[in-house]
Amino acid sequence: MTALIDVENLTLKFRTDEGLITAVDNVSFSLGTGEVMGLVGESGSGKSVTAKALMHLNAKNAVYTPESKITLHTESGPVDVLSLKTPRELNIVRGGAVSMIFQEPMASFAPAISIGKQMVEQLQLHGDYTKEQAKRWSIEMLDRVGISDAPKRFEQYAFELSGGMRQRAMIAMALSTQPKLLIADEPTTALDVTIQAQVIDLMKDLVEEFQMGIVFITHDLGVVAQTADKVNVMYLGRMIEEGPVREVIRNPKHPYTQGLLAALPKLDDLDSPLTPVPGDIPSPLERPSGCVFHTRCSKIVGDICKAADPKDRVIDETHKVACHIYDEVPA
Amino acid sequence: MSDVLIRAKGLSVGFPIGGGLFKKQVLKAVDNVSLDIEKGSFFGLVGESGSGKTTLGRALLKAAPITAGGAHYSDGEVDYDLENITKDQLKDYRKRAQLIFQDPYAALSPRMTVRDIIAEPLEVMKLTKNRQETDARVREIAAKCRLNLEHLRRFPHAFSGGQRQRISIARALVSAPKFIVADESVAALDVSIQADVLNLLKQIQSDMGLTFMFISHDLSVVAHTCDHVAVMYLGRLVETAPTRKLFAAPRHPYTKALFSAIPSLDPDDRGSAQKLVGEIPSPTNQPSGCKFHTRCPFAIDHCKQVEPKLETDGTGHDVACHRWKELMAPQAA
Repeated sequence: MTALIDVENLTLKFRTDEGLITAVDNVSFSLGTGEVMGLVGESGSGKSVTAKALMHLNAKNAVYTPESKITLHTESGPVDVLSLKTPRELNIVRGGAVSMIFQEPMASFAPAISIGKQMVEQLQLHGDYTKEQAKRWSIEMLDRVGISDAPKRFEQYAFELSGGMRQRAMIAMALSTQPKLLIADEPTTALDVTIQAQVIDLMKDLVEEFQMGIVFITHDLGVVAQTADKVNVMYLGRMIEEGPVREVIRNPKHPYTQGLLAALPKLDDLDSPLTPVPGDIPSPLERPSGCVFHTRCSKIVGDICKAADPKDRVIDETHKVACHIYDEVPA
Repeated sequence: MSDVLIRAKGLSVGFPIGGGLFKKQVLKAVDNVSLDIEKGSFFGLVGESGSGKTTLGRALLKAAPITAGGAHYSDGEVDYDLENITKDQLKDYRKRAQLIFQDPYAALSPRMTVRDIIAEPLEVMKLTKNRQETDARVREIAAKCRLNLEHLRRFPHAFSGGQRQRISIARALVSAPKFIVADESVAALDVSIQADVLNLLKQIQSDMGLTFMFISHDLSVVAHTCDHVAVMYLGRLVETAPTRKLFAAPRHPYTKALFSAIPSLDPDDRGSAQKLVGEIPSPTNQPSGCKFHTRCPFAIDHCKQVEPKLETDGTGHDVACHRWKELMAPQAA
């Protein structure tokens, strides 16, 4: 496993009429080839914005602090993603070495252009393909992701495919440029469980085959447990816990991670009541002082949580948590 | 046995589609469904998209056309046959049966205050005499759904997903219904909020003595909230049982496959599940015999020719499968 992407001190704010809004606050992580990272959090936690930063894809009103640094390691040396400016330079992170799968495949395909034409177009944009080669390769990719009758599907439009099929086509398209890093933003959320299981299996096979790294964004911890090697939990733009998937799920240290796990309905214990994380995620305009989670935390220990921003505490080499009281919280 | 609130008998819903003047095709979204929903129960309906669960829910609200069979509603005050309900009866039925939608972002008008959204059913159905009475009623219901006076003055855009869903619930409850269909009401919410809304629904149900039909594709949510579960596939009921029985020993291969597709929280339990291949067939082009045979790993020739009937075993656990008994035998597992 070699280093693929390093994110250091990523802080991202949006300029709005109401002032600067912090969306991502001092986030660092790195990912290697063949590694799957689960990025978990509620809506509004900043997980999609973080992922988009990897492609330098955030809206024009996004402001990155000078300390923010994203380094993508490619065959031709490291690339400083945030310094890329022209569309030509950006090609490398937008479909070249980095691809993205979105949550709603219907909204991600152009409705009036056939699936095949869209696949060929992006291949020609990113690689040295003739139209004929691009077509052959696209059909092969469609076939590879388990779409039956690929030559026929190649000619069809997005609305003619079912939800699961569309998501597969999306995956085929994202992978056809053979990216090093795949960003999957809630790729299974809109799918039925049965189809979700198929897509998860497919993605696992593809990681093995292509040895790419995946950032898997989801709010479903079950999906994370089934796919990821390591997990990063985000809350209001902060990375509050990170570690290997077994560690984080079996031995969560942050009260928020524990809360997310407790809120999940469990099939093997129908009697246990569902415990929600109390309250709602605060508006980014009203970021709480101190620990960002203190307004909803059930284990708050007085003033320190309200006043001081918890630093990352290292539990062991790979497992980190940002909480003042983690060692007092029984697992 | 307690009282039955809604009894569907051979209920079918069809929609005419395409075709020329002489060959009218009918898409059967719900096909010959019979079920009893007991008073005060939390009745779960599960299945993939395209299985007809939403259409069945709407038919029971008389919001989708019933083309064959029927459903009988009886709450102790009134008795209605939904398949030939009169206009006046229907007006009254609208008060008694309500719907909570899936997407709390789309279901609320952005131009109305929360107070107006909740009060609208009262005004439309003329359930209150004057504004004071309406306001009192709105406040009472809003408090039940944990919305305060300050919330009532605001517009929906100021609220998070969980809060919006509480507003939708308040709107559904304001006409004091007896029966509520909750269609994927927590599917769009984060897990942390989902638990909160589920707990709220449960509490309201026991406080107000309501009967819920809870439509969901998430079996673990259904397991935690419902007393009784029905599984649908391509418009048919394939299995129905009290929740605990169903989850302890599912009989239909489709139910089993749905269970095993739920992602396990145990990272070491990867890929052990029996996965279902393919997708649900189009309802315009339904398979012969057992509708599930095209995806069933246990299908035999008999399954392709003869459609299985829903078998009742007397304990309330019904299944429509030719082979469930042999498949339940230990060696088949």
